[in-house]
Amino acid sequence: MAEQENILEVRNLKKHFNLSGGRVLKAVDGLNFAVKRGETFGLVGESGCGKSTAGRTIIRLYEATGGEIIFNGKNVQKLTGKEQSKFNREMQMVFQDPYASLNPRMTVGKIIGEGLDIHGLHTGTKRRKARVAELLDAVGLNEEHANRFPHEFSGGQRQRIGIARALAIEPQFIIADEPISALDVSVQAQVVNLFKKLQKEHGLTYLFIAHDLAMVKHISDRIGVMYLGKLVEVATSEKLNAKPLHPYTQSLLSAIPIPDPELQKSRERIIVQGEIPSPLNPPSGCPFRTRCPAAMPQCAEAMPEFKEVEPGHFTACHLYN
Amino acid sequence: MSKPILEVDNLQVSFKMSAGEVQAVRGVSFTLNKGEVLAIVGESGCGKSVTAQTIMRLVPTPPSYIKNGSVMFDGKHDITKLSESDMEKLRGQEMGMIFQDPMTSLNPTMTIGEQIMEGVRKHQGSSKEKARERAIELLNLVGMSNPVERLSQYPHELSGGMRQRVMIAISLACNPKLLIADEPTTALDVTIQAQIMDLLKDIQEKTGTSIILITHDLGVVAEMAQRVIVMYAGKVIEQGTLNEIFYDPRHPYTWGLLRSVPRLDSDSNSDLASIPGTPPDLFAPPKGCAFAARCPYAMKVCLEKDPEHFTASDTHSAACWLQHPDAPKVERPIEVGVRSNG
Repeated sequence: MAEQENILEVRNLKKHFNLSGGRVLKAVDGLNFAVKRGETFGLVGESGCGKSTAGRTIIRLYEATGGEIIFNGKNVQKLTGKEQSKFNREMQMVFQDPYASLNPRMTVGKIIGEGLDIHGLHTGTKRRKARVAELLDAVGLNEEHANRFPHEFSGGQRQRIGIARALAIEPQFIIADEPISALDVSVQAQVVNLFKKLQKEHGLTYLFIAHDLAMVKHISDRIGVMYLGKLVEVATSEKLNAKPLHPYTQSLLSAIPIPDPELQKSRERIIVQGEIPSPLNPPSGCPFRTRCPAAMPQCAEAMPEFKEVEPGHFTACHLYN
Repeated sequence: MSKPILEVDNLQVSFKMSAGEVQAVRGVSFTLNKGEVLAIVGESGCGKSVTAQTIMRLVPTPPSYIKNGSVMFDGKHDITKLSESDMEKLRGQEMGMIFQDPMTSLNPTMTIGEQIMEGVRKHQGSSKEKARERAIELLNLVGMSNPVERLSQYPHELSGGMRQRVMIAISLACNPKLLIADEPTTALDVTIQAQIMDLLKDIQEKTGTSIILITHDLGVVAEMAQRVIVMYAGKVIEQGTLNEIFYDPRHPYTWGLLRSVPRLDSDSNSDLASIPGTPPDLFAPPKGCAFAARCPYAMKVCLEKDPEHFTASDTHSAACWLQHPDAPKVERPIEVGVRSNG
């Protein structure tokens, strides 16, 4: 496969929150990764690892504390008004909770059409209506649904509405933040298949944020694993699953039970002890060292460098120095 | 074999609402043997939690009421007929429950110690010192470090995983014969989930308690259960041993459930098999098989008559007309029921 251009480059991205008492929460602390045009990049990690904050900072719902976000070759923190409006069209977001992210007082047609109005697309009642119908159709709903309100829909259908809203203004890049974790298993599959279908049809690029590594592996071309605000490993889905390098990735993979009883029982499992330390008071050096089965004295001293250990396979671990 | 600890027979539970009657559980029957771990799986609204809570008699009446059926506990008590005070004794001494959300099921205004000791003192009539000793013992059992210090901590001082350990300690306080765990790991991160599953298995081995595990996660089922019940729209649609359900499933809904989860060990880049549509409205359940509207194999009879349970083995049955001897032979999807161990 030819080398594709990067649609997004994240360089040393930081997002710190100032809390009361002068405390600083380093939710995202120095991320480096790039997303290629047309691929799905999965960002995984457990609660509080900073994956959602990273997504929100990239789309500028939060202002970054440090680092650079380069989208389509432009630094998004330095956009002019006009460029910002273009950026807003090109990057869209789908949220986790389909019950909280749709305005309950607006009809579905209004929710989906709002972006069109803001960006002056498909103007005129007739054209607007046709576009909304087209979008509803694309996500597996139908035209009549435009006049209904969010409460009339199931969770899976609401998530489809959220996707239609994101698609309305023809973005290139969609950040999906835990888009399926509130849904039932069979409905999750429907929504994931929809994401894949839309990607093929519209050439979309996804940043897919989730905690469910099995699902992320299914949908992503490449995956980044986060722990306590830092990326610990980036690799293709296959590589990450077949040959995880970082002990955290290894334990994460090992902790997910496989729905195959004989295999699950014969599998050797690494169960990491203890819990994720507070991001307010992270360990010195490598953030995972307090739970790491392979921790060495040097792990407490310095944060290991995030580097390319094999072609396209990055990790931050002293074991590979 | 010794007598089952629990026999549920044709249990029907409904909720009376202003808009009508929601038939949440529509004739559920199963048994749970002593020392067994039984998983009940199904999606939101299938009635798995209502079934479990009815066994504990925790569903408030009204709006709910037990329309029909019986729940025999330990061969002695029909839970559906016990008085509230008898039920309270049973709940404290012979049954324990672990809830999904350890954040909301602990009392935020009481210390961990008070919450564990409350049950011990009430149901076993222990002195305060005895109860305290027992609380420390229980915290040790569930793998909490510094149990003595933990006693005086409040729930908000603990992480989600630690709170779930406290919940488990409380449920074990009186050495219950039956433990019902309702989505015990759903709210937890995977590395913590693995710890809690290990703990539950360990406790099951040490105490020999019977466990009903309610979950939607088939991976958790594969790890923990010996037998499995699959529920859909208020009914049991298939039940069998762990291996029967995973390697020889008979019901198209079970096939759908097994196919719709992506697996770490599969490298398919294809679409996930989703089940089209949504479960039926339990205000007005359909006449025939509740799954027929979403079932790719539905026949005419499926829309008209609810299927009976056809047995595949002593331990395995499925409520599906495809299992009828005269039904057309349908091959299950090739990726379902495959042993990846060769």
